[in-house]
Amino acid sequence: MARVWKFGDDIDTDQIVPGRYSPYMTSDADLPKYAFIEFRPEFPKEVRPGDVIVAEDNFGCGSSREYAPLALKRCGIAAIVANSFARIFFRNAINLGIPLFEDPAAVQALNDGDVVELDAAAGRITVGGRTIELRPQPRFVQDILAAGTIADYIRDHGRFPGE
Amino acid sequence: MGRTISEKILAAHSGRQEVQAGEFVEASVDMVLANDITAPIAIREFGRIGVDRVFDPAKVSLVCDHFTPNKDINSAQQCKLVREFARGQDIPNFYDVGRVGIEHALLPEQGLVLPGEVVVGADSHTCTYGALGAFATGMGSTDIAVAMATGRIWMRVPESMLVVIEGELQPWVGGKDLILHTIGDVGVDGALYRAMEFRGSAIESLSMDGRLTMANMAIEAGGKAGMFAVDQTTVDYVKGRTQRPCMVYASDPDAVYVDVKHYRAQDIPLTVSRPHLPSNTAPAAELSSVAIDQAVIGSCTNGRIEDIRVAAELMRGRKVHPYVRCIVIPATQDIYLQSVREGLVEALVEAGAVVSTPTCGPCLGGHMGILAEGEKCVSTTNRNFVGRMGARTSEVYLAGPAVAAASAVLGRIGIPQEL
Repeated sequence: MARVWKFGDDIDTDQIVPGRYSPYMTSDADLPKYAFIEFRPEFPKEVRPGDVIVAEDNFGCGSSREYAPLALKRCGIAAIVANSFARIFFRNAINLGIPLFEDPAAVQALNDGDVVELDAAAGRITVGGRTIELRPQPRFVQDILAAGTIADYIRDHGRFPGE
Repeated sequence: MGRTISEKILAAHSGRQEVQAGEFVEASVDMVLANDITAPIAIREFGRIGVDRVFDPAKVSLVCDHFTPNKDINSAQQCKLVREFARGQDIPNFYDVGRVGIEHALLPEQGLVLPGEVVVGADSHTCTYGALGAFATGMGSTDIAVAMATGRIWMRVPESMLVVIEGELQPWVGGKDLILHTIGDVGVDGALYRAMEFRGSAIESLSMDGRLTMANMAIEAGGKAGMFAVDQTTVDYVKGRTQRPCMVYASDPDAVYVDVKHYRAQDIPLTVSRPHLPSNTAPAAELSSVAIDQAVIGSCTNGRIEDIRVAAELMRGRKVHPYVRCIVIPATQDIYLQSVREGLVEALVEAGAVVSTPTCGPCLGGHMGILAEGEKCVSTTNRNFVGRMGARTSEVYLAGPAVAAASAVLGRIGIPQEL
């Protein structure tokens, strides 16, 4: 069982991990402790592997600093469902192997604190006995997710996914 | 069917006759950029890919501009890591203290970016180089690791959105006001996944510094790139900076745009973005009740020579308000030297401003001007998110150099006409 952490519009990467908590200003191992540390201080304490982030529009806007999605990955976030993602965050999350779903209907159906069951590979999330089919991801994204990260994919295959 | 400049550049770089918005391509890159906070992760991921050498040392730029001169031991370690990688890989375009400038001011100035090129950088403001007619976009460190290893990158060809600004600019209004006004209209995701393309007589009359300021903030509307047509201003700017040849691409008259915005330059006032989003704009003249604690004039958005000239012109013979700390940061060593030679530094220091070595420092709340609880800052930087420049309760008001300099003197948000 996993819980939903729901956020609003325009959550920027400085809210996810403020610049001054970046890995080298602190320590790399501590990175997951700083996810939403100022914006939502209970998050790093209570988040559990498998939890799902749900957000409205433009999630991850702002800086390209990759430790924002990296911190979420290290917290064990299993997927992020949003109305839309800022594009650099979108790339970073895919490259790091975090499943993303752009699905406004699912966003509307999911509330903060909901207990859910997620099957990211199948694109399915179950809440209160109701199963929501998420919009499927492009093939090359599925390839990256299956390999782990894009770096893993290129190391293993010697080429870009989807070629 | 007509094609946009973005589609043409990406087609040429992916070995295709033509590509269309929405397609995924694998494009070759002409320059790969990272800085002292994004390069270390890229270097780590580069190691994981399992190649020994970067694809082309001359096409990698590593710029230690964020926490330099190093503010503490951790940031010094980080720069050391980048420095050692650059030396080990024989990367000529490694920029350290003494040569370094803020990356997006430095690369165009050094002739490292040319029209028609594809540039990717592990910094969201890489879109700045669209001012030169290059297709440039920000990415994360892992993307940059892949690009350093392969010389290629996966990309979705963006739809384009046209922003047309016609007419003559009002006094003191510059590129910053035009882009803030545009973002205020379209919103922080108004250009999401899209290339913004700027056109019109007001754009044509804009200097390269003004264009770089505008392209720089395309990302603040969610844009993937901020494109300008190559014209005589571009040619004059590029001339003498490099011997490399370049290709010029232009959008066809019947190119397809998903949206077109029209603005009249005479309707665009000196503009400020209030906390906590760049889209939260208002005319500067309507914010005179906002008292400020700090003014910052610098950054990859507004740290170029024209910006420093505007600041010095307004502050010469005047004094920074006693309740204000005014920090001026010429973006590169060349701009710094030019500012000294033109007497701008003297005017600023006599007015009571400090003039800093090039650094991104205060813009991201790193160093060189962090805000305390509840403090307000007028800043020529590009982001005013919660806590961006310091304490969570501090506030950042984004503006161009004319408003920032006038506000520093007045002690509150104001415009040059009030001085």
